[in-house]
Amino acid sequence: MSSLEQDILELQEKRAIVELGGGEKAIEKQKELGKLTARERIVALLDTGSFHEYDMFVEHEERNFGMDKKVLAGDGVITGTGSIFGSPVCIFAQDFTVMGGSLGLKHARKITKIMDHALKMKIPCVGINDSGGARIQEGIGALAGYGEIFYRNTMASGVIPQISVILGPCAGGAVYSPALTDFVFVVENISKMFITGPNVIESVLGEKISQEDLGGARVHAEITGNAHFYAKTEQECFEQIKTLISLIPRNNTQKAIKAAPIAPTFRKEIADIIPSDPKQPYDVRDIIRSLTDGSGFLEVHELFAPNIVVGFARIDGETIGFVANQPLYLAGVLDCDASDKAARFIRYCDSFNIPIVTLEDMPGYLPGVDQEHAGVIRHGAKVLYAYSEATVPKITVILRKAYGGGYIAMNSRHLGADFVFALPSAEIAVMGPEGAANIIFAKEIKEAADPNAMRAEKVKEYVDKFANPFVAASKGYIDAVVEPAEIRSQLLHALELAKMKDDQRPAKKHGIPPF
Amino acid sequence: MAEINNTELVDFAVTARKYKTLLTTKYLQRKVWTEPNPQEIISYIPGTIVKIFVTEGQSVKKGEALLLLEAMKMQNRVKMPFDGTVRKINVGEGDKIAKNTLLIEIA
Repeated sequence: MSSLEQDILELQEKRAIVELGGGEKAIEKQKELGKLTARERIVALLDTGSFHEYDMFVEHEERNFGMDKKVLAGDGVITGTGSIFGSPVCIFAQDFTVMGGSLGLKHARKITKIMDHALKMKIPCVGINDSGGARIQEGIGALAGYGEIFYRNTMASGVIPQISVILGPCAGGAVYSPALTDFVFVVENISKMFITGPNVIESVLGEKISQEDLGGARVHAEITGNAHFYAKTEQECFEQIKTLISLIPRNNTQKAIKAAPIAPTFRKEIADIIPSDPKQPYDVRDIIRSLTDGSGFLEVHELFAPNIVVGFARIDGETIGFVANQPLYLAGVLDCDASDKAARFIRYCDSFNIPIVTLEDMPGYLPGVDQEHAGVIRHGAKVLYAYSEATVPKITVILRKAYGGGYIAMNSRHLGADFVFALPSAEIAVMGPEGAANIIFAKEIKEAADPNAMRAEKVKEYVDKFANPFVAASKGYIDAVVEPAEIRSQLLHALELAKMKDDQRPAKKHGIPPF
Repeated sequence: MAEINNTELVDFAVTARKYKTLLTTKYLQRKVWTEPNPQEIISYIPGTIVKIFVTEGQSVKKGEALLLLEAMKMQNRVKMPFDGTVRKINVGEGDKIAKNTLLIEIA
């Protein structure tokens, strides 16, 4: 045997050792928890045979607490490159079988190296988190590692897509890397995120709570909004990631790759979806599906603040970001969470050159002490900021109600919309007819022999005169009143017209959005 | 894909009009605001009652310490907001308490 053949054999042996991670026993434990191993996850997510591993033989340098005698395969994290539907990505996956996936300095440096690579190559970075947290033996070295990751998350923000997949515990400081990235994916019963876990809470407060109830997948998908995508299984989660990658561009200088245009397949006329009574709900996602190529729609934040719907779809093969009030939930009001959700999504679309289509049907902001005290002014302002700031093509279709502050906020012409269309059923007014009549005709109603009859009469008068799109149309605030069946062709035309849109903003370091 | 569990349409008032709509879990779980009662000393942070300086029935001047609440390794003196008397003490030394716990009732 030649010496090269001998060397190759040794390399293969060395690789095999690292590829076994924390060993067979630890892998068995991982399986018992219903989880794939870090390596299986990478294989499941990337195109077959596309994974190229880096830094397989990196070793930690900690010498205290007996760590000098411990060899940790890959220092607990697998990093490398590969592709998803042929699009290149950088990827890292923490290996829970290796010392609980704990993060030491070298583990972190492997991650920052692949992040630096992604930023230089201008391709997305996907991080799979499954870690017990900081490697306590490494002390401040672990903290340094987290900080260096957060810094890179921030530098890469708005330049390359950053995706975090939570497939195990992600606790303490570790949660802040996902929180700084664009999209967070969680899986039922597997993902756990919290700053302080149930043990600390019990020892400090005596309050008992399970990991799932404190920071499980559902909690973050529905209550906190930390997670953007929720799946029942790891495999479903990987399919969601692949679909997302196929819809977004590789970086902020590119457009998303165009697909072959196809007609919508959802066959229900828009006129049949929207009830004429403005008090009756419908699912605005049916409107979206009746407009998009193949009726596809990848909803972001599906469970969080469902009173507004955001997500990606294609029209004429091009990726579009949809923002739509959802009358099915909370009558489609804007509240703190819905404002946060919409503003963040709008900024994502603007960063990555994705035109925004806004479908409006909302009665206003949610009234209540809890909302006011939770800062609905500050959160609501984010929507105004995000729409005003965005320079991508911005198109609004007013489906039904557009009242008051909500009318202004939902990408009105006044905030710089490029095209505003309204259905003939639209009601564009300073407030709902009942409220307006109560104020304007307060005296007449109070002094009438039958106040209720007078109120009803005045409400009807207001509806006839003002609850329609023609007052706004007469002032040029909307460009066209269109029939429901004309919406898609109007959108196709507007998007085509806006392809070369050039909208400049004053030079600045950055704005001060109402965080 | 996940479903939201609430499926019952309700009347939901926004300004002067009621809309038929579904409610979200988070909306249903929201804390309803109640007017603060100045005669109730409520914990503003979770922690441990280290020491209680007063007894029931005692007259206390504004600014005097009622108890010591240790939270996040910091000992906080909870003080009397006005001249008055201690009516009822609802906690004992060593108790671990959550935020918004009624500690002492005063008059």
